[in-house]
Amino acid sequence: MSTMKIEDKLAVNKFDIDKDVHIQLKEEACKNCDVHSCLYVCPADCFKLGESDNITFAYEGCLECGSCRIVCDKDAIEWTLPRAGFGICYQYG
Amino acid sequence: MEEKFDAIVVGAGPAGSACGYTLAKAGLNTLVVERGKFPGAKNMWGGAYYGPFLHELFPNFWEEAPVERYIKHRKFSFLTEDSALSVDFTTKKFDEPPYNGFSVLRAKFDRWLASKAEQAGAIVASGLQGDDLLWEGSKVSGIKAGGDDLPADVVVVCDGANSILAEKAGLRGDLSPKDMKQGVKEVIQLPREVIEQRFNLNGKEGIAWESLGTFTKGIPGGAFIYTNEDSLSIGVVVQLNALAEKNVKANDLLEEYKQHPEVASFLKDGKMVEYSAHLIPVSGKAMMPTLYGDGILVAGDAAAMTLATGLALEGANFAIASGAAAAETIIEAKKTGDFSKTTLSRYQTRLEQSFVLKDLETFKKAPHFLENPRLYEKYPEFVCDMAEKIFTNDGKPREKTMKLLKQAMDGRISFLQIIQDLWQIKRSI
Ligand SMILES: Cc1cc2nc3c(=O)[nH]c(=O)nc-3n(C[C@H](O)[C@H](O)[C@H](O)COP(=O)(O)OP(=O)(O)OC[C@H]3O[C@@H](n4cnc5c(N)ncnc54)[C@H](O)[C@@H]3O)c2cc1C
Ligand code: SF4
Ligand code: SF4
Repeated sequence: MSTMKIEDKLAVNKFDIDKDVHIQLKEEACKNCDVHSCLYVCPADCFKLGESDNITFAYEGCLECGSCRIVCDKDAIEWTLPRAGFGICYQYG
Repeated sequence: MEEKFDAIVVGAGPAGSACGYTLAKAGLNTLVVERGKFPGAKNMWGGAYYGPFLHELFPNFWEEAPVERYIKHRKFSFLTEDSALSVDFTTKKFDEPPYNGFSVLRAKFDRWLASKAEQAGAIVASGLQGDDLLWEGSKVSGIKAGGDDLPADVVVVCDGANSILAEKAGLRGDLSPKDMKQGVKEVIQLPREVIEQRFNLNGKEGIAWESLGTFTKGIPGGAFIYTNEDSLSIGVVVQLNALAEKNVKANDLLEEYKQHPEVASFLKDGKMVEYSAHLIPVSGKAMMPTLYGDGILVAGDAAAMTLATGLALEGANFAIASGAAAAETIIEAKKTGDFSKTTLSRYQTRLEQSFVLKDLETFKKAPHFLENPRLYEKYPEFVCDMAEKIFTNDGKPREKTMKLLKQAMDGRISFLQIIQDLWQIKRSI
């Protein structure tokens, strides 16, 4: 098997993506962060490093694991669960 | 809804469904709320279900539950970049009811377990999220869900590893990444005959195969493969804080594991049908929240009731047993209508008398031992190198074992470290 990228892996999953965003990033707080832990702990690559070393976030592929919430020590992540019934919907688990 | 429930259970994972089932069976008016579209929709694990407890709750459950295969083989490997040293254990006993374990896919299994709660008379409301608790003074008096206030005598928090409600109830503080492992997994589809041929299995036989090795780059954790009926569950479980500290992604470790020569041939031509991730609370008693309060109990992963000894990860059996113990405590409290903290503290006593807190007490030093980085880098290299020296015949005169041992240890690890580690192993597992 050749190595697969995370975005290609996410593409096989079943999601019911809500229009409401369940995780918000306080980008101001990220400006004072030099560890960028979220980039490594997010299994769905929802956090990306922008061109000017800024962090961007996209909620669509979120697997709702909670890792970013626990790891970020700058309280930069306003973390909630997606609305009931929305988000990842595992068919195997 | 104006109705007041005897009990509301938040979460229809193994803990919540076992709790809901036990409550409803005793005639209590029970609501189980589940945020997924169906029970299991949000859940992933390795995984295999071990132990006799489910059989006690539902005799011969394997005849009706959606189990994939029974675990006939337990295999354990040390992997270095290009070598593998494995032990494969099996016994005739694994072949016979009540069996030692079953591979399970959660989307099917959790739905089945929740249906048992429903059949016993509980209302299982999927697509309904417990957003917050209702309070009467310092007593929990129900939950807020989907914009409604739902009152109950008692709330059982079974919302899993991230438990937001245990936090809101003030039963625990913030979770620390040091106390968590992250699991990422793929389900890879293969025809059942191919699985049986590759893993040397017959009929419903299955294998649980765990590995430690250099593929985790010194990060505490390992990898697993479980055979399902016509798919493989393959994943890694790694320490959350170490991913952040070492700037490593779990998915990259999984990819490295999948490429290992010992592993890759088992996956060949398989079709990846799902990618999933979840956290596991791994510090056991050291991270356990307060288990009860006025009108509230916590069970399963929300209470950090998982056992991580390094050789295996068990949580579902603890979740089911703790959910049932919470229910028994409530059934008893219902007789006097007293759901105060003092009465509900009997939950803790029940758990102390069962395998749940006994096992967690026995293995309470294991999490500390498992942080030892030598386990993930030095030892796999050392044992594979040793095996290579013993098993390779290169035509040169053979060396004595002690000399080989010394060569394999050379610069890598000292006798003193080995003795220290063996002492730690003896004390912790
Ligand atoms: C990678 C991995 C491998 C594992 N392997 C094994 C294994 O091989 N064997 C084993 O025994 N254990 C294993 N475990 C551990 C096991 O999965 C857990 O211990 C077990 O699932 C805990 O059950 P639970 O009911 O407490 O929590 P969960 O199974 O997490 O269930 C919690 C439920 O609550 C729901 N929920 C959460 N919040 C809310 C809310 N606010 N409102 C409504 N519903 C909510 C969730 O959707 C979910 O259905 C593994 C775990 C992982 C992550
Ligand atoms: S989310 Fe947290 S960890 Fe990530 S960049 Fe912002 S402050 Fe740093
Ligand atoms: S909850 Fe998990 S999957 Fe979602 S953004 Fe955070 S780390 Fe990524």
